[in-house]
Amino acid sequence: MTYLNAFIVGGLICVIGQLLMDGTKLTPSHVLVIFVTSGVILTAIGVYEPLVKVGGAGATVPLPGFGYALAKGVFKGVKENGLLGAFTGGVEATSGGITAAVVFGYLMAILFTPKSKL
Amino acid sequence: MQKKNQTQKKKDYQKYVEQKAPKPKYVRNCIWAFLVGGAICTIGQFVHNNVEDLLGLTHLAATNVTTLVMIGLGAFFTGIGVYDKLGKLAGAGSIVPITGFANSIVSPAMEFKREGFVFGVAARMFNLAGPVLVYGITSSVIVGLIYYLIYN
Repeated sequence: MTYLNAFIVGGLICVIGQLLMDGTKLTPSHVLVIFVTSGVILTAIGVYEPLVKVGGAGATVPLPGFGYALAKGVFKGVKENGLLGAFTGGVEATSGGITAAVVFGYLMAILFTPKSKL
Repeated sequence: MQKKNQTQKKKDYQKYVEQKAPKPKYVRNCIWAFLVGGAICTIGQFVHNNVEDLLGLTHLAATNVTTLVMIGLGAFFTGIGVYDKLGKLAGAGSIVPITGFANSIVSPAMEFKREGFVFGVAARMFNLAGPVLVYGITSSVIVGLIYYLIYN
């Protein structure tokens, strides 16, 4: 059941992205930036958490989920460390993703060359 | 008279071009985005469940590790050239999941390898991922500061 929920919620979030890309003049980069930022804001006002409860990875794997993790981390940080936590909590909660992006991104770019365009 | 005729012709031509320009196939694109995006999230759910059980992590920590694994997968499949082929069909279905974030890092990094390992690979890696981190982290700090002010 959790797998079906993840499929549906994740699929729907991607459809929103597709409609933004096809229906407006926004580029994929703009859509990604909008998605991360809205993930942070929606989590802050308490809208995204119920979606995570229902959709699981369907809500945390798409980019708004990255914003969700940032916001949750910041809240946790503020509770534990006060003002400092507002600055350290977000990246702490997303440390795995950010480090993976840097390290795996670099490694794969070194190991592979672009495939010829078909 | 001649000039008026020309502007009219230009307008007609513009209308003609707009009619002929291909309209995006909304339904078809959305179905692909739904299927591929949903499938990637289902894989993410599988990783998340296993990580949570095997390592005994909290939900937030398991999300962190899942993101790590998904970015690794996205980077690998971009490297071997599979992810971009998928992207042609899936559109946002491959861009919006965090694996697309990895794709946006590896693609330009490979592309600009000939410009060197510092100004090519390392500098270009964050062409697209950079803005995502800038806006994501900055907005989270703002939210954190507001929360701090309310919480105290």
